[in-house]
Amino acid sequence: MTVIKKLALGAGISALMLSAAWAEGLQGKVVGFSQIGSESGWRAAETSVTKAEAEARGIDLKFADAQQKQENQIKAIRGFIAQGVDAILVAPVVATGWEEVLTEAKEANIPVVLLDRGVEAPEDLYLTSVASDQVKEGRVAGEWLVGTVGDKQCNVVELQGTVGSSPAINRKQGFEEALAGHANLTITRSQTGDFTRSKGKEVMEGFLKAEGGGAGICAVYAHNDDMAVGAIQAIKDAGLKPGSDILVVSIDAVPDIFAAMVAGEANATVELTPNMAGPAFDALDGYLNAGTAPAKFIITESKLYTPADDPQGEYDRRKGLGY
Amino acid sequence: MTRPTAHLRPSSKPPAGRPRPLANFFTRPQVIALALVLCVNWLLFPGFFSITWQDGRLFGSLIDVLNRGAPVAILAIGMTAVIATKGVDLSVGAVMAISGAVAAVMVTSGQPAWLAVMAALAAGLVCGLWNGILVTVLQIQPIIATLVLMVAGRGLAQLITEGTIVTFSDPVLIFIGTGTVLGLPTPVFLALALMLAATLIVRRTALGLLIEAVGVNRSAARFAGISAGLLLVLAYTFAGFCAATAGLIAAGDIRGADANNAGLWLELDAILAVVIGGTSLMGGRFSIPMSVLGAVIIQAMNTGILISGFSPEFNLVVKSGVIILILILQSPISANLLRRKTTAHSDGARR
Repeated sequence: MTVIKKLALGAGISALMLSAAWAEGLQGKVVGFSQIGSESGWRAAETSVTKAEAEARGIDLKFADAQQKQENQIKAIRGFIAQGVDAILVAPVVATGWEEVLTEAKEANIPVVLLDRGVEAPEDLYLTSVASDQVKEGRVAGEWLVGTVGDKQCNVVELQGTVGSSPAINRKQGFEEALAGHANLTITRSQTGDFTRSKGKEVMEGFLKAEGGGAGICAVYAHNDDMAVGAIQAIKDAGLKPGSDILVVSIDAVPDIFAAMVAGEANATVELTPNMAGPAFDALDGYLNAGTAPAKFIITESKLYTPADDPQGEYDRRKGLGY
Repeated sequence: MTRPTAHLRPSSKPPAGRPRPLANFFTRPQVIALALVLCVNWLLFPGFFSITWQDGRLFGSLIDVLNRGAPVAILAIGMTAVIATKGVDLSVGAVMAISGAVAAVMVTSGQPAWLAVMAALAAGLVCGLWNGILVTVLQIQPIIATLVLMVAGRGLAQLITEGTIVTFSDPVLIFIGTGTVLGLPTPVFLALALMLAATLIVRRTALGLLIEAVGVNRSAARFAGISAGLLLVLAYTFAGFCAATAGLIAAGDIRGADANNAGLWLELDAILAVVIGGTSLMGGRFSIPMSVLGAVIIQAMNTGILISGFSPEFNLVVKSGVIILILILQSPISANLLRRKTTAHSDGARR
């Protein structure tokens, strides 16, 4: 995958997304973006979507990769302040320790938008934060399952994310909320698959053995798509058909889960959009040009995708984003 | 005032010769530990020992234990050689990621599978060679020398895959990860083959003895005419090769190279397997089959936790508890207790 191809694809997508919101708005503005790093495919997609969004709006984006270190992010933000940028985007690597540098930005009158994660700092130190609602993601997945299963008895197994991580806690909570009050749906087994494919496969293998070769499992809920992809392979190895013998629902909407949907092996996924920058730029547009303060917490949509939503098209659209 | 006198006569009886491997096999703490772990698994899940024949291969929890344990077992085979030389190789997990990445990127860019496999193994050999050179030529402490590649290697793998999970559908690579040989999963077959080959090479030639000599005292070994440097480089290169093999299995298993997670922290599992197998971190006497047994114990425990239905918050606590138990079983104290009991028993039988 060449860089040019990636950019072209990304630009194409954002041109589509922006056709309505296209305005002179941020043309020629300089925005600094301090990204955490590239630890996951989603993160890489967020970076490429942000760059494409900026390009489509004619923004001069200064990109800084912090390589998972807060000190690098603070350095980058100070650099942006010194350069006198018009606005700063930060995807904070940790929640604490931001007050000082955010105060510096505020004193320099540079609005800061937090992407994807929040910080523990007074709310007046940043303009707004754009993030997904992880509890809602779990709830959307659970509601899909409740609606699909109907009144049938259904034993669900759950592949949790890394123990103690906030997506794992919140996505579990949201799913349980959706299942509450539906006695026919019970979570019979729940284990951590560490958000990885190989662990997802290994844990699912164990579940299948422990539940009579899969006879006692009606659906699997994975906290991310990668674990679901691993689970699908385990189900196939056990001689069952994922997608029909055992329903598969997960969260993130990465390209490979759409490939599984095309093959009829996955049933639903909830999107964690990599486009955090779009709403951020919209908020900045309103603030810098019209002086309207945006909502303090902008929640991105948690859209549900099923095989009815053109999985092949979604796969092709996402493949070039760097997932 | 008495002058200190040298006690030339040994105060205790000289140690008995190397025990016959098979005769004492069932009294070894590792075997007892494995039996205990398997029994607990059986209590938690009565169908644990049932093995069926399904789609032309063996199918069951016990097979899963062997299959999932195979990558760590293969790492442990290489790690045993390194630890026997009084070294350690922290980079094997990262080398797994590199090897998987190389193979996946090559097949997705249209290269034939055999070339991809060769390239992945070659990458492992080069990584091992690099470690060996750092340890011997530059005389860097093994833990630091291999730490370099542990950190940099994962970055290298991410560069190769451009930070994405490279998914492939090449049948040869998938066969390495999930295929079947003689009814056994391919990873199990590979681990067994590698274990047998390595054991035969070190025990049917002087190589094993030479490695132990280097591990016990490198200078002394060198003065005795052993080319210690060459042996060290050989051990690290072999560990790199084993890691590359494990990396191919890990990638083939999930049909994709996940540079961020492939082999993550497995170097620690491999070291633990070697230690459980009874090889001392201080170098010297080693046993490759016992290290493989150590890997199987670790995996039996992991699988047990998975099927037990404990909530995942308990995973690490249970795991460390069992490991402490195994290490206590192995400690000199319990070994003495055990020996006293068995000698008393055999004395009684003789009378």
